[in-house]
Amino acid sequence: MQLDQLYQEIILDHYKHPKGRGLREPYAADVHHVNPTCGDEITLRVALDGETISDVSYDGQGCSISQASASVLHELVTGRKIADALAVHAAFVELMGGKGQIVPDEEVLEDAVAFAGVAKYPARVKCALLSWMALKDAVAQAVALEKEEV
Amino acid sequence: MTTLTIPAGMPQYDDKPRFDVERVRADFPILDREVNGHRLAYLDSGNTSQKPRQVIEAVADYYARHNANVARSVHTLGTESTELYEGARAKVAAFIGANSPDEIVFTKNATEALNLVAHGFGSHADDPRFRLGPGDEIVISEMEHHSNIVPWQLLCQRTGATLRWFGITESGRLDESNLEELVNERTKIVSIVHMSNVLGTVNATARITQRVREVGALLMLDCSQSVPHLPMDVVDYDVDFIAFTGHKMLAPTGIGVLWGRQELLNAMPPFLGGGSMIETVKLTGSTYLPAPARFEAGTPPIAQAVGLGAAVDYLTEIGMDAVAWHDKELTAYALDALATVPDLRIYGPEVPVGRGATISFTLKGIHPHDVGQVLDSLGVQVRVGHHCARPICDRFSVPALTRASFYLYTTTDEVDALVRGLEQVRKVFA
Ligand SMILES: Cc1ncc(COP(=O)(O)O)c(C=O)c1O
Repeated sequence: MQLDQLYQEIILDHYKHPKGRGLREPYAADVHHVNPTCGDEITLRVALDGETISDVSYDGQGCSISQASASVLHELVTGRKIADALAVHAAFVELMGGKGQIVPDEEVLEDAVAFAGVAKYPARVKCALLSWMALKDAVAQAVALEKEEV
Repeated sequence: MTTLTIPAGMPQYDDKPRFDVERVRADFPILDREVNGHRLAYLDSGNTSQKPRQVIEAVADYYARHNANVARSVHTLGTESTELYEGARAKVAAFIGANSPDEIVFTKNATEALNLVAHGFGSHADDPRFRLGPGDEIVISEMEHHSNIVPWQLLCQRTGATLRWFGITESGRLDESNLEELVNERTKIVSIVHMSNVLGTVNATARITQRVREVGALLMLDCSQSVPHLPMDVVDYDVDFIAFTGHKMLAPTGIGVLWGRQELLNAMPPFLGGGSMIETVKLTGSTYLPAPARFEAGTPPIAQAVGLGAAVDYLTEIGMDAVAWHDKELTAYALDALATVPDLRIYGPEVPVGRGATISFTLKGIHPHDVGQVLDSLGVQVRVGHHCARPICDRFSVPALTRASFYLYTTTDEVDALVRGLEQVRKVFA
């Protein structure tokens, strides 16, 4: 097994120097997700400005993969239109489900392409997906709330 | 170096029962494997043990030569398989010092054995010892595996009884300081782990047993980790129930054991209903066989029981005193070796006394998943996470731990491989 395929520089970098970490206000939805098999946790908030995700803030504990993934997510999604963010989400989920057979699109996934190696480690895929699942949940809640208010 | 001289007449160092680890290892085919280009160092026996050829062959031989259903055939194969199945029960009974094979109930695993006892209790139980309602209490501890927590929580929800627990001291021992208050006239059962699967602590039970007897409650021990590693005599321990699981003691998965005092087992209602557990069935109602059949509804795990019998033979041949001593020497070695790793903190007793061969630890600033992943790349197999004992992690305010656990085939070389691996982990995440 090639350990450096899993622990790419980019991943270790995001792990050691996470981007956008910490919970911020205001926010439209706040979710808490856990990975029951290993106890990794994340609290994630999204703030909306119309159709745009104006901020993703998060806090949590977990392994390098789960923490780096949240940092990459913050960078990728903040400032994007909801629909675009969900497209990135879909691309990342597809990559993670690809058992290492999918060639990621760097245009769409940017730093998240570094996670391609993770897809070969079934035990770690859930770590990488934790924050992304939380994002999807938070966006859905935020959108639903907004609809109620209108 | 100082040499210690043990006075004549005292047990001498060389008197300790020992066995040849290399000869034992030769019985375990899997130990020859490579993992990720390295020699396998299997340090996850607390999770499940590896199996010796003798057990694998016993299972294969059963299927190849004797396979038939038990307890319901007059034919030769059925008789043979029943004899093998019941023979395994007798072996297990002897292994733990039970008064009779009838006190051995075969289950699927320890979890089922614990659930079985929890289901013996209820609001309408015939026997007052098993009758439970609001105001009654059940006592467990903070160091339980989830399978000795959740069944009792569910029971409390069903009956309105209250769940209480022993705490854990800073050094990872059971906190018995409030024993008198915690175990009281309202207590119906105390169910605690004998050896912790995380901290390695082996709980001394004498004081608790005495208190349980004083208040007239029942006592159950979760021996999932202890029966594989320590000599056990249920009469000596003066307990009421114990649970353990075959796969942690060289046997196949799918077979576990509930031992209970015969009189208690026969005072309990059935758990699962079905074939093989009834006396008579009429559509208006049924009557049940005495234990153990009462609790073994349906076709049991026959081959797995035969495998467990072979595992018990294997362990008996080596001697459980020798297994326990091997564990102790190895644990002493590992505790010393791990103490040399910077930023490593051990959770649980740091001396090889009153503890078994399971060591959990953290490396400062590095998540256990990452520790486990790097170790795996070097062939070292450890467990990471909360080990199905989340309350322990909460007690020590850690999200997860790395655990190395040993068995009779584990060598000091493998401990060295672990320590070298941890150096590598520190390099990757420096
Ligand atoms: C202390 C303890 N109790 C119970 C169990 C449950 O064993 P099983 O999963 O075989 O039912 C385990 C296994 O991890 C354990 O270590």
